Amino acid sequence: MTDSSKQTAVITVVGQDRVGIIARVATELAALSVNINDISQTILQDVFTMIMLVDLPQNKFDIKELADHMEALGHEMGLSIHVQHAGIFKAMHRV
Amino acid sequence: MFNDFEILETLSMFREQHLDVRTITMGISLYDCATGSAEETCRRIYDKICRKAENLVRTGEDISREFGIPIINKRVSVTPIAMVAASGDTTDYTVYARALDRAAAAIGINFIGGYSALVQKGFTDADRHLLASIPEALSTTNLVCSSVNLATSRAGINMDAVRMMGEIIKETAERTAAQDAFGCAKLVVFANAAEDNPFMAGAFTGPGEPECVINVGVSGPGVVKTALESVRGQDLEHVAETIKRSAFKITRVGQLVAREASRRLNVPFGIIDLSLAPTPVVGDSIARILEEFGLETVGAWGTTAALAMLNDAVKKGGTMASSYVGGLSGAFIPVSEDEGMIAAVESGSLSLEKLEAMTAVCSVGIDMVAIPGDVPASTISAIIADEMAIGTFNNKTTAVRIIPVPGKKVGDKVHYGGLLGSAPIMAVNVASSADFIARGGRIPAPIHSMRN
Repeated sequence: MTDSSKQTAVITVVGQDRVGIIARVATELAALSVNINDISQTILQDVFTMIMLVDLPQNKFDIKELADHMEALGHEMGLSIHVQHAGIFKAMHRV
Repeated sequence: MFNDFEILETLSMFREQHLDVRTITMGISLYDCATGSAEETCRRIYDKICRKAENLVRTGEDISREFGIPIINKRVSVTPIAMVAASGDTTDYTVYARALDRAAAAIGINFIGGYSALVQKGFTDADRHLLASIPEALSTTNLVCSSVNLATSRAGINMDAVRMMGEIIKETAERTAAQDAFGCAKLVVFANAAEDNPFMAGAFTGPGEPECVINVGVSGPGVVKTALESVRGQDLEHVAETIKRSAFKITRVGQLVAREASRRLNVPFGIIDLSLAPTPVVGDSIARILEEFGLETVGAWGTTAALAMLNDAVKKGGTMASSYVGGLSGAFIPVSEDEGMIAAVESGSLSLEKLEAMTAVCSVGIDMVAIPGDVPASTISAIIADEMAIGTFNNKTTAVRIIPVPGKKVGDKVHYGGLLGSAPIMAVNVASSADFIARGGRIPAPIHSMRN
């Protein structure tokens, strides 16, 4: 799987809706030089659900570091934030 | 690129449905370690395993971290030791078991398989030495797993070996009585053993395997169970379709991990083993999938039909996801490792006889079943003989991993902890099979031309 060398990740943010979630998460990613390729966001039964597709800066840090960082941010904001390698979604959902 | 449903579904598989890769198992050939000196052979075995698998654990952890996929076990399987030890200058093969144990500890894996012999047609002298040493080898090492192939569809069943294994299992139980016969949890006998099986205790690297190879075992009963909850009340075509889709997704995760491990370790990828392997954790049970079919409890009439369909649908979905599927590939039905199985035994709905019927349509066989310690060796041999017959005559792999726990009676329970779980002692038919087992000899291979 050649995908593994290209560090693309899927970030999911789930939790109670309130003002400024996107701003806060995007600011954090910008500070880490993580580029956002795509965002989709919706409110499902009052639950804020956001899915982002991001590129990691080459060789700067691995996905696990980003995942730990974002999970901590989620904890601080009272949201659940997960970061996973995009390769998994491609393997699972594309024939 | 992906839709929201797909992303949330995957997230939930890892977060709530216990999807994981059960094992990355590195197969290592030990042929080139054989010498005339047991001491030298052991040194070579230790060195080769440490050299080849030096980075196995770290690589597994790296992949797990980077992809967010739990990878539970990192393991090694080797050439059956009876083949490697044959040219040595000792008949006490436990030295080889200790060499494997030291190597496994040095590289940080949790089990090493291949203290094995293939005796379906007869014994070499080395096979006899190995079998004789199994009780001591398993009671004096921690990480070594042993397996013996007793039968194949081409060679028939070696009933002398079946008789011996009944006695060896009893002796292993006695020697590890202080740990509730834990030694027997590391010992499995097979019909039609798979040479590329990555799962313990039966993993070994067969004679047709390459120098070094990566085999991956996936899991995911929880994913299948959750998917089936969405088709409650619908007909069985929808059930089959749903299982296939789930198996496809699970297998693709395994394929991703296997390819990645193969690339990073610079070792060829062998196979994905599609087995649905349960753990004692609630939500990770094969029994609960069968109950989701509409059975009040596993063991009820209909269980064999449901299991046959589950096993087949898993294979159909999995083979679409990976071109190299091998090993055991099907649903495992170990009792102690599956909370639903344990509950069914304790409620009296699941008997050893029903388990035997279930093994005719799924992988492996009578697995992690604890029985009273006073069951005679000849009865254990007869249980093995029945399982071997099911495998041999139906062209499939079957196995027995049975634990006669000294001092325990039906109604007692033994606890092994971790993935091995806890086992209620199951009742065994007390009628004697001693004269049958005492006959010895071989059961001829079945005729394959008239398939009725």
